[in-house]
Amino acid sequence: MIAESGHYALVLALALALIQSIVPLVGARLQDAALMNVARSTALAQLLFVGASFTALVMLHVNSDFSVANVYENSHSMKPLLYKITGVWGNHEGSMLLWVVILALFGGLVAAFGNNLPLSLRAHVLAVQAWVASAFYLFILVTSNPFLRIATPPIEGRDLNPVLQDIGLAVHPPMLYLGYVGFSISFSFAIAALLEGRIDAAWARWVRPWTLVAWIFLTLGIAMGSYWAYYELGWGGWWFWDPVENASLMPWLAGTALLHSALVMEKRNALKVWTILLSILTFSLSLLGTFLVRSGVITSVHAFATDPTRGVFILLILCLFIGGSLLLFAGRATSLKQGGLFAPISREGALVLNNLLLTVACAVVLFGTLYPLAMEMLADFKMSVGAPFYNLTFSPLFALLLLAVPFGPMLAWKRGDLLGVAQRLLAAGVAGLVVVAIVWGWARGGSALAPLAIGLGVFVIAGAVTDIVERTGLVRLPFASVLHRARGLPRSAWGTAFAHAGLGVALIGIVCETTWNSEYIATMKQNDVAHVAGYDLKLDGLFQRQGPNYREMIAEFKVSRDGEPLTVMAPSKRSFTTRGSSTTEAALLTSGASQLYVSLGDATAEGAIAVRIYHKPLVLLIWWGPVLMAFGGVLSLSDRRLRVGAPKPARARQRLQPAE
Amino acid sequence: MTRKQRRMTIIGGSLAVLALAAALVLNALRDSIVFFSTPTMVAEKHVEPGKRFRLGGLVQPGSLQRGDNLAVTFEVADGNAKLPVAYKGILPDLFREGQGVVAEGALDGNGVFKADTVLAKHDETYMPKEVADALKKQGHWKDDYDAKASDTKASGESKPAATTAQGNPQGAMR
Repeated sequence: MIAESGHYALVLALALALIQSIVPLVGARLQDAALMNVARSTALAQLLFVGASFTALVMLHVNSDFSVANVYENSHSMKPLLYKITGVWGNHEGSMLLWVVILALFGGLVAAFGNNLPLSLRAHVLAVQAWVASAFYLFILVTSNPFLRIATPPIEGRDLNPVLQDIGLAVHPPMLYLGYVGFSISFSFAIAALLEGRIDAAWARWVRPWTLVAWIFLTLGIAMGSYWAYYELGWGGWWFWDPVENASLMPWLAGTALLHSALVMEKRNALKVWTILLSILTFSLSLLGTFLVRSGVITSVHAFATDPTRGVFILLILCLFIGGSLLLFAGRATSLKQGGLFAPISREGALVLNNLLLTVACAVVLFGTLYPLAMEMLADFKMSVGAPFYNLTFSPLFALLLLAVPFGPMLAWKRGDLLGVAQRLLAAGVAGLVVVAIVWGWARGGSALAPLAIGLGVFVIAGAVTDIVERTGLVRLPFASVLHRARGLPRSAWGTAFAHAGLGVALIGIVCETTWNSEYIATMKQNDVAHVAGYDLKLDGLFQRQGPNYREMIAEFKVSRDGEPLTVMAPSKRSFTTRGSSTTEAALLTSGASQLYVSLGDATAEGAIAVRIYHKPLVLLIWWGPVLMAFGGVLSLSDRRLRVGAPKPARARQRLQPAE
Repeated sequence: MTRKQRRMTIIGGSLAVLALAAALVLNALRDSIVFFSTPTMVAEKHVEPGKRFRLGGLVQPGSLQRGDNLAVTFEVADGNAKLPVAYKGILPDLFREGQGVVAEGALDGNGVFKADTVLAKHDETYMPKEVADALKKQGHWKDDYDAKASDTKASGESKPAATTAQGNPQGAMR
C-alpha cells in the first residue's frame, strides 16, 4: 500500500505541476489575480504531495519492504537504521526523488514567503519552477520509478554500496541538491523577468537571498563530499577533478559569479543582462551536472546509473531548458534597459573582473570535462583529462582572481582610486611577502611556487581583515567608537570579509597538504614501528570484529611522539558479505589543523598487512575555508536589507540615477 | 572617459582574459592529456618507453605475484595481447584477477608497464567503461561478464539495468 500511495502522490504532484505551469501564465495575461494566485496553492500542494511520496519511500526503506525493487536493490534488513534512511538517496531513483522534493521545497518557500513579490512576477516565477518540476516528475515516473514492485519478493536485500554507508554520504547529497536545485529559483526569476520584459534593482534584491541560500548549501555540500572522499576512499585524496566533482564545481563557480553580479545590479542597477544570463547559465550547469551524474555518460567513481534511456531523457530536458531559455534570452535581452554607468576602476569594475575570471575558470572546467567525451564521440579515441591539465589552466586563473579579491570590497562604487586602495592594502601585502620569505626559508629552497601561493593566501586573509579594520576605524579611533561602528557595520560587510578570508584559508590548506604531505607505505608485521613526520606508530596487533552487516579487520597502532605515548589508532577494513565488497576505514589523528592518516591494504598470508600512513600538514584548512565562506554567506543572508525584504520598485529611485 | 572608451576597456579586458585562458588550455592540452590503450593497441602502435598512458584490460588470472615491500606484478590482457605490469603500493580494494583494471604509467625499456596508479573502482562487478568498450570493439567481450550482469539482475527483473552493482549493461548495449 505504501508504495502505491507514494507512486500515486507523485502522479498527483505531476498533475499539480502541470496546472501550475499554465494557469498562472494565463492569469498574468488576463491580469486575473485569482488565476495568478493558483500558483501559490499548487506550489504548496505540490510540496505536500511530493513530500508524502518521499516519506513513503523512506518508510519502505525503514521497514525493509523487499517487494519494492528499489529497496531490494539498495537495502538490507541488518543495515543500521541511519543507513536505511540515507540509503533512500544513495541510489538513482531515490536521489532523483530527493531532487524533486527539494525543487518543490524551494517552490513552496517562494509561494509561502513571496508575499511581497508583485503578483505577476510571483506567478511567472512559480510557473517556470513548475516547468522544471513537470519535466523531472515525468522523468522519474517514466524512467526511474522508485516504487516498482517485484513479482516474487526476495527475502533479503542486496544492501547499499558499502562506500555509501557513511555519515558523510548521509549529509552530502541533500546539501549538494539544496545548492544545485536552489539555483532553479534564480533561473525562474530570470525567465520570469524575460517573459515580463521588466527587470529592476528590486528584482536583484529578491533574487540575491535565494541565490545566497543555494550557494551556501552548495559550498558546504562540495566541502562535505570532498571530506568524505578523503577519509572514506582510503588514500587521502580530497579532490580528483573527476567529472562528477567538476559537475558540482561548475555551478558553484557560476553561482559565485552570479552572487557578485547580482550585487552590482542591486546596488547600481547595472549589469542586468549579464546577471540574467548568469542565472540561466548557473542553473543550466546544475542540469548538466545532473545529466553527467545520472546518465552514467562518464566513467567515474560516482557514475552509478548505467541506463542509456535515462541519459537520453535527461539530455532532452537539458536541451529543452538550456536551449529554450537561451533563445528567450537572445530574443528579449536587448529590450532590458541598461542602468548605471561606471569607470573600469571601480567596485563595479572589480566585480566585472571577478565575474570574468570566475566564468572563464568555469569554462575551462567545462572544457576539461566535456573534451574527452567529445573526442571519444568524434575521433573515437579515449583519453583522460586530469589534475595536470587543471593545474596548468584553472590554477593560474584562480590565482589572478585571488590577487584581485582584496581590492574589490575596498574600491568605491562608480569610480575607484586604485592607488589609494593599494596604499591601504600595503600592510596586507607586506604580511603576505613576509610569510613568503619565512616559508621559503623554512622549506630551504624547494619549489618557489608553494611559498608564493601561501603568501597569496595570507594576502587574501589580511586583505579581508584590513577591510574590516578600515571600516570600523580600528587603530585610528578610540575603542568605544570602534565598537559602535562595528555594530553599525552591515552584516553583509562581515559576510564578505569572512567569505573572502575563507578562500585564503582554503588555499593555504591546499598548498600545505599537496606540498608537504609525507607518506609511508609498507607491509607491517606485529610490533613493527613506522616513523612518519615525527610520529612513531607501532602495530600492536590485528583482530576481527563483527559489525551489523559486515565483518571488519582492525589493526591497532600505538602512536607516540618523542617517546611519549599519544593514543591508539585503529584503522579497519570492512568486508560486506552481501555485496562481497570491502571498504577501507581510515583512522585519523588530528592535532591542530594537521592530521595523521592511517589506512589498511590487504593482509598477507604471514599475518603482515599493507599499511598506508600519511601526515597531512594543515589539511583541515581545506574544509575550514569553505565553512568560513558558508558562514560569511549566512551573515550576509541575515543582513538587515534582506530581512526587511525588497522594497517596491519606486519611480523616484530611477530618477536619482546619475545621467551620463 | 566616454561611454565608448569605457565599453572598449571592458571588452578589451574580457578578450585579454579569454585569450589568456585559451593560451593556458592549449598549452595544457599539449602535454597533460593521457591517452587510453589496450595491450593490443600497445603492441600495434609501438608506444615509445616513457610516454605516459592509461592501460586497460582484464587482469590475467594466475599472473598476480607479490614481491617484497608491496611490489606487485601482474599481466593485463585483452584477448589478443598481454602486457606485464609492475606496480609498487597498495592495490585498490576491488582489484581481482579476471576483473577489469585501468592502470596509469609508462613502458620501461624492457617492455614492462610501470604503473604508478592503479585506478580504484568502487564496485564489485564494475567494469571500467573504457575497458568494456575496447573489449567489445575487438570482439572479446567476455560472456561471463554478461552472464554475471544478467544473473545478478534476474531477480529484480521488473526494470532493466538499474543500479550500480549490476555489471556494465551500458557497455554491453553499445
